Amino acid sequence: MSTILVFLAGLAVIITWWMAQQRLSSKPWLEANGIHDIPVLTRSAVATEKIGLGVFLAIVGALFTLFISAYFMRMGLQDWWAIPLPRILWLNTGMLVIGSAALHWAKMEVVRNNGNALKLALVTALAATTGFLIGQLFAWKELVTAGYVIADNPANSFFYLITGMHGLHILGGLFVLSRTTSRVWEGAALAKVRLSTELCTIYWHFMLVVWLVLFALFAGWANDFVAICRQVLN
Amino acid sequence: MANIPAGIDDTVPLAEVADVELYHPKSWWTTYVFSQDAKVIAIQYSLTAISIGFVALVLSWLMRIQLAFPGALSFIDAEHYYQFITMHGMIMVIYLLTALFLGGFGNYLIPLMLGARDMVFPYANMLSYWLYLLAVLVLVAGFFVPGGPTGAGWTLYPPQSILSGTPGGKDWGIILMLTSLILFIIGFTMGGLNYVVTVLQGRTRGMTLMRMPLTIWGIFTATVMALLAFPALFVASVMMLFDRVLGTSFFMPTIVEMGEHLKNGGGSPILFQHLFWFFGHPEVYIVALPAFGIVSDLISTHARKNIFGYRMMVWAIVGIGALSFVVWAHHMYVSGMNPKFGFFFATTTLIIAVPTAIKVYNWVLTLWRGDIHLTLPMLFALGFMVTFVNGGLTGLFLGNVVVDVPLAKTLFVVAHFHMVMGVAPIMVVFGAICHWYPKVTGRMLDETLGRVHFFVTFVGAYAIFFPMHYLGLLGVPRRYSELGDTAFIPPSVQALNEFITIMALIVGAAQILFLFNLAWSLRRGKEAGGNPWRATTLEWQTPQTPPAHGNWGKELPVVYRWAYDYSVPGAAQDFIPQNQPNGDRISREPAS
Ligand code: HEM
Ligand SMILES: [Cu+2]
Repeated sequence: MSTILVFLAGLAVIITWWMAQQRLSSKPWLEANGIHDIPVLTRSAVATEKIGLGVFLAIVGALFTLFISAYFMRMGLQDWWAIPLPRILWLNTGMLVIGSAALHWAKMEVVRNNGNALKLALVTALAATTGFLIGQLFAWKELVTAGYVIADNPANSFFYLITGMHGLHILGGLFVLSRTTSRVWEGAALAKVRLSTELCTIYWHFMLVVWLVLFALFAGWANDFVAICRQVLN
Repeated sequence: MANIPAGIDDTVPLAEVADVELYHPKSWWTTYVFSQDAKVIAIQYSLTAISIGFVALVLSWLMRIQLAFPGALSFIDAEHYYQFITMHGMIMVIYLLTALFLGGFGNYLIPLMLGARDMVFPYANMLSYWLYLLAVLVLVAGFFVPGGPTGAGWTLYPPQSILSGTPGGKDWGIILMLTSLILFIIGFTMGGLNYVVTVLQGRTRGMTLMRMPLTIWGIFTATVMALLAFPALFVASVMMLFDRVLGTSFFMPTIVEMGEHLKNGGGSPILFQHLFWFFGHPEVYIVALPAFGIVSDLISTHARKNIFGYRMMVWAIVGIGALSFVVWAHHMYVSGMNPKFGFFFATTTLIIAVPTAIKVYNWVLTLWRGDIHLTLPMLFALGFMVTFVNGGLTGLFLGNVVVDVPLAKTLFVVAHFHMVMGVAPIMVVFGAICHWYPKVTGRMLDETLGRVHFFVTFVGAYAIFFPMHYLGLLGVPRRYSELGDTAFIPPSVQALNEFITIMALIVGAAQILFLFNLAWSLRRGKEAGGNPWRATTLEWQTPQTPPAHGNWGKELPVVYRWAYDYSVPGAAQDFIPQNQPNGDRISREPAS
């Protein structure tokens, strides 16, 4: 469970940093305004949707961190055999990177107001990410054929569980992204799709990072890293 | 802070406030059923929560009848008793209190108290309610499937929860319970996102964080906590569902059941406990913090005094919220952890008592020499304080490891947590309903009925749970449907048990009185006007009562002061609404 504590500590830093700017030490009882000194503004200039996405990603982060915490705790028990990493995962990772990069490109094109390039970028992102999901299914199939079924060993169970959870999140993102894309296709003003393109981009980058962490976990590199951390701590 | 130069932040034009684009319902269905208006969603949440709460109340009746008159209701056997305990505990903690405080009060009060027109993501807010309703229906379905609901105890500890020895373990019960929790959590996340982001971005001009009423601080902090704690329950539920349905072994150790080796093996029940309590301990405060906030506002309004130590109250709320994430393992001392960690968890647990105590002192100091009006909300607020302090004292006993060990499995614990987590928050729920009912409906509750209900509930709750401490000291164990002939249990226990049960039946019946009052006053109650309690916060300053769609007519209110300007010397009235500028002594008629 120390993984989730580290995650929470990170969040705590962000929250503390935010609170430090909120004048929490002011004395509101002494500070009534008159009609002429117009009260200060109270909200952030960042788009509300972006803040919403930020909060949502914090929750998603907590969710995956908890899965990872559970993974580490369960891994410590005797009956754990690591599973072979399906080779196709490398390809999938590449696809997700392409999806993320394409969205980054889309974000730049929407600012430049370049409709055609935007369409190309969005479609690339959609295709690459769909490719990622299909590739994940192939990875599952490969494992099942090789006899690594879900209930056999906790390492297998975790692999299916966590990749499935990640896939569901990607699927949700694809749903939103395809709506944005179809709006662009129907000729919506680019200023109108700018925000949702940006939101998709942030989400994709985040899910890519989550995937990279998970990949490291399944490949076993994360374990070495944790072992080093343990040694440093003791 | 009054004179921050205009234009310091030029992203929003100073003289106006960016409005939410309001969603406009087009038909009866979208106005009252699939509504995206936070006020309607709040009422839907509250009614659903109260209905399912009544189911839990009836279950407590059945349990009490079984305890006092074993065999009187022939259909209750030990298995049913476990099922009733489990469903009662789970419903009360999650489906009633959490849903009511955050989904009910949160939805109603956040936009109104902050001067917003609605939540920032109304569509997600609507989905949140419908997922909650679905979760409740799936939960209730447990009563009707073969094998009945799960009887694993509200902590659902594996491995027993998914074995055939536990009711519902190998049937549908546990599957429905886990599915329901998963749905609840997804739904809550949609709502919670709204509550948090509305507080961050939906506040009207002048409503700085430090001018927010403590109710909002409590709900806000509790929501942040819930958003981070529920994922742990989600993970635990999904993994247990896998263990049960797909035969994985996340939590399932090697087990021989009825002479056969189960397929599962090697899993770790302790892992489940970690995940569960990572959620479970903050959950206590997820229920408590909104209650703390609401009580502060009730006390201040009905004692006509500013809240004592507002700043400290805010810090205490935030501090409790942060600390409660690093204490979960105090539920697991017995599970054999590194003593260094044990010390860490024991210390953080003790530290939490400090901000909690600060809050109690501040409430008392707010009341001190206040102009206390013994209205219904005030009565319930006082009832809460007494109960909370009381429960805190017995908690001191339990916090002491030497005492905890012999008492842990007895009714003493049951009595203790019913005082702090059951009766105390329920008092606040009643107080809050009495306080805001006039705003929601435009009518006052009937005072006489209300008082009868208060006294029966308050005195009755003590009559139930006080003797229960004593039973615990005698060694009567918890989660036992029948005592049988046990040497160390004197016959007086039987008499006391009968007394407790009769009291529980009376208290339960009094709740019907309360429901009747709610229904009766809807049409027959006294007209309330816009601001019957002469309160300062924004929800009482709306142009219409009940507030119309969009809350504020043409213009959003502007906030000039904090929420607690009661009995200000020299002011024309004993309260100054938050949207009244300084130097403007002409009292405005409260809007009706
Ligand atoms: C009239 C009010 C109530 C009565 C008479 C009542 C009665 C009971 C009884 C008899 C038990 C079983 C004790 C045992 O044998 O172990 C129980 C358990 C429990 N109750 Fe209540 N209760 C009431 C209200 C509440 C409320 C408002 C809450 C909200 C937090 C609550 C939460 C619980 C919990 C969490 C359990 C433990 C379940 C378990 O052990 O798994 N109760 N209650
Ligand atoms: Cu705890």
